[in-house]
Amino acid sequence: MLELAIGIILGGCALGAGCAMIAGIGPGIGEGNAVAKACEAIGRQPESKSAVTSTMLMGCAIAETTGLYALVIAILLLFVAPNILVDILLKAVGM
Amino acid sequence: MKEKSRRFLAVDIAYLGLMILPIVAGIVLKVLTKPASDSIEITGAQIYRTIPMPVQDLVITESQINSWLVMVAILGLCLFLTHGLSTRKAGVRQHVAEWIVETVDRLVQDSMGTYFMGFAPFVIAILSLSAFSSLVTLFGLYAPTSDLNVVAGWAVLVFVLITYYKFKCGPLQYLKSFAEPVPFLAPLNIISEVATPVSMAFRHYGNVLSGSVISVLVAYALQALSNLVLGWLPGVLGEFPFLQIGLPAVLSVYFDVFSGCLQAFIFAMLTMMYVSGGFPSDLYFARQAEKQQKKMKTKKMEVM
Repeated sequence: MLELAIGIILGGCALGAGCAMIAGIGPGIGEGNAVAKACEAIGRQPESKSAVTSTMLMGCAIAETTGLYALVIAILLLFVAPNILVDILLKAVGM
Repeated sequence: MKEKSRRFLAVDIAYLGLMILPIVAGIVLKVLTKPASDSIEITGAQIYRTIPMPVQDLVITESQINSWLVMVAILGLCLFLTHGLSTRKAGVRQHVAEWIVETVDRLVQDSMGTYFMGFAPFVIAILSLSAFSSLVTLFGLYAPTSDLNVVAGWAVLVFVLITYYKFKCGPLQYLKSFAEPVPFLAPLNIISEVATPVSMAFRHYGNVLSGSVISVLVAYALQALSNLVLGWLPGVLGEFPFLQIGLPAVLSVYFDVFSGCLQAFIFAMLTMMYVSGGFPSDLYFARQAEKQQKKMKTKKMEVM
């Protein structure tokens, strides 16, 4: 019974981590748009390449933030949460 | 003349030692304390020592030690670059140092304005500390920036600076800035105020940590694949992970070098933007000019 409970905890954590990373879609689309527009801008005005590039990197980094929140949560779920949850379970059972 | 140059060389070597020795010390410390293991480990910073304290135990971790080592190394680099400055005959070193100072000055001037020129040393300090903290992974050390506590500390520092500059026009103006553009949006403004340091810390930490996690996972997967595909080779050849050659290095160039430097640059840029963006410059300068005029008037009265 205990093995089953621990298995459910581990499986739930893994599933949760996977679901959290669905948030990676948003930054992917956003950054793709940003880079496409930057390429267009450079194509139109090649002399402004350096300014466009640095602004684009900056914007990409900020657009990435939501994805990184999801990543942090996924990493916590994968590497930190299982130990804590299993400890709580064992304490509750009284082992 | 020769005596002087010999002393110059000795000081140079001392500074170079100050630059290189911390890294060597970090590697030695890691080799001595890290338990050897073959499997992958994705853990936080290693805890060296716990000092009992009244409220909470003070923990000395790998990330603290490594960030102090990085600071000492940066100090050595600065001393090395600025050693033997001269106005007549500038060496390569002096040119590099001048280029760094001028670039940072220009960056700060462009993105913050002349009022904040005093911020240039702070910006380059946070930029170099962040960049070298991430680059220290190239020596196999634990990067302090992949520990949330380190980056959160920097973010709190930046948050204090932002709040200080928002307070420049008095606490009333600070409270009023929350009621913009309409008063009932105040809760959202408070949330976005708190979200600034949180997002800065998570952005930097998440980028560096994800790089190291992905590198470790890819290296482990390549080892397993190598065992699977080339396991039939006799003796040592069968155990040697041939497929691990190459690809991890390419990943490291992206995740450690490019991503680390980019995140450092972004952290510094965001610091500058938030600090100068939160500062109510128009109002402050208007008030300053008013004060100046009043002073002039009183002076004139005194003269009369």
